[in-house]
Amino acid sequence: MSRVYEAQSLLPFVTASTTLASEGPSKIAATHLDFYYGQAQALTDLSLGIPPNLVTAFIGPSGCGKSTFLRTLNRMNDIIPRTRVTGEVRIDGQDIYAPGTDVVALRRKVGMVFQKSNPFPKSIFENVAYGLRVNGLQGNRSELNERVEESLRAAAIWDEVKDRLHQSALSLSGGQQQRLCIARTLAIQPEVVLMDEPASALDPMATQRIEELIFELKKTYTIVIVTHNMQQAARVSDRTAFFWLGRLIEYGPTDRLFTNPQEKLTEDYVTGRFG
Amino acid sequence: MFGDLLLQTMAILIILLALMALGALLVDVFSDGFGRLSWAFLTSFPSRRASDAGIYPALIGTIFVIGLTALVAVPVGIASAIYLEEYGTGGRWSRLIEINIANLAGVPSIIYGLLGLGLFVRTLGFGRSVMAGSGTLALLVLPVVILSTREALRTVPFTIREASYALGATKWQTVWHQVLPVAMPGILTGLIFALSRAIGETAPLITIGALTYVPFAPDGVWSPFTVLPIQIFNWLSRPQAAFAQNASAGIIVLLLVLLGMNAVAITLRDRYRRFRG
Repeated sequence: MSRVYEAQSLLPFVTASTTLASEGPSKIAATHLDFYYGQAQALTDLSLGIPPNLVTAFIGPSGCGKSTFLRTLNRMNDIIPRTRVTGEVRIDGQDIYAPGTDVVALRRKVGMVFQKSNPFPKSIFENVAYGLRVNGLQGNRSELNERVEESLRAAAIWDEVKDRLHQSALSLSGGQQQRLCIARTLAIQPEVVLMDEPASALDPMATQRIEELIFELKKTYTIVIVTHNMQQAARVSDRTAFFWLGRLIEYGPTDRLFTNPQEKLTEDYVTGRFG
Repeated sequence: MFGDLLLQTMAILIILLALMALGALLVDVFSDGFGRLSWAFLTSFPSRRASDAGIYPALIGTIFVIGLTALVAVPVGIASAIYLEEYGTGGRWSRLIEINIANLAGVPSIIYGLLGLGLFVRTLGFGRSVMAGSGTLALLVLPVVILSTREALRTVPFTIREASYALGATKWQTVWHQVLPVAMPGILTGLIFALSRAIGETAPLITIGALTYVPFAPDGVWSPFTVLPIQIFNWLSRPQAAFAQNASAGIIVLLLVLLGMNAVAITLRDRYRRFRG
């Protein structure tokens, strides 16, 4: 428990000095983004910059578009039929919706952890090795072993699985499966990790471990997390964006957004008046 | 409560009835034919004398024909199903193809025999060969293979595909490394079903001119041939009781080949299931 609360008490000092206007280039920048499922518009004129090496949380009621927006950042919506996107998303200055974009390369750079843990029905080792294999790390067994161990350690699950690497990943508990999915994502060394409600299906202890892990990971990665748990957003994130009906209502340092929201809607949501 | 009990009792009775019919058939066949089974029976050629007659050419013919049928129908069927299910756009053409395949699965096998006669034996000049027989049977089971493979592919959870794409896998890598292994038990079940159907087919092979009396084993895919069901049918049409015994022994051999084939498929299936659950 302690590490998380220490982290929280540090937050005002970390974020108070950085304002949105004065910061350097965004890692991810969306401009005038619209998104449609068939005829239904899910995102409207969304513009938002995500800074590098911080945790940015998306909050808002169900159906507000926060997950949809997250999935536009590595083009996971491409595999859903009849979706359409207009506007621009730039990652490191590159428009990821430009014609000729290598979506496979994009997804290697922008990893994703899903709401429901979804390990492959293979061994624990193979789950982590798969991403490495499809990304061209073939043959060299010792390097593969090394990278798998490294990733499992980074996801704080190595000690629990090191003696059973070749057992089915489905034999793990829900929390362990989710950390395995994080390890699998880290193995291909992305720069950004997107997390879509990564702890919503987990018990409080497992949730806490994931949150501690996020705090570790932001040293290396830019993290974007969708959550409908406001305490979680307050605990783990540096920036928070509040979405409502497919629009970005308010975005700012987490601390400021929760203690001194500028918008009435944000205030009503974070104080629990609707949700 | 009473309804449940009634339904349960009826279900058990119906299953028993079906099993009893099957059991009676097996008992009858085994009591008639078991005595005729011997190494000599398996390795001898047909003869006018029932006691000398053997099943060798038909056994080898069945292995040739079914082997070649599987070699053609399995890759083509699975590849078609993957295309339709994973790559197809779900448009009007795709739906039209889908309906046609479903209809083809229900076409009587003699029609396929006529198609095989026209296409393979005459037009393509394969003659009355193993190749023509296998081609015909492959066409016959192809719709079944495609339909059952598509069904199996559909049961693979979307979350597995999603996870694979999110790791930077291409569509083909996702299909090959993740979707196919998960779908494989279902695909193999479909293959067992399809090849079991092919192994028992008689009508289309007689139509294309498979021989009913063959004093030689096929020595290649262009060789004339016969298969077990045709040999069995041939013996059953003889008036002598001794030939009826040969037919029963032939049925036992056919059943054993079928069981052997299924055993291989089930073993494979269990290997693919190892990491589930």
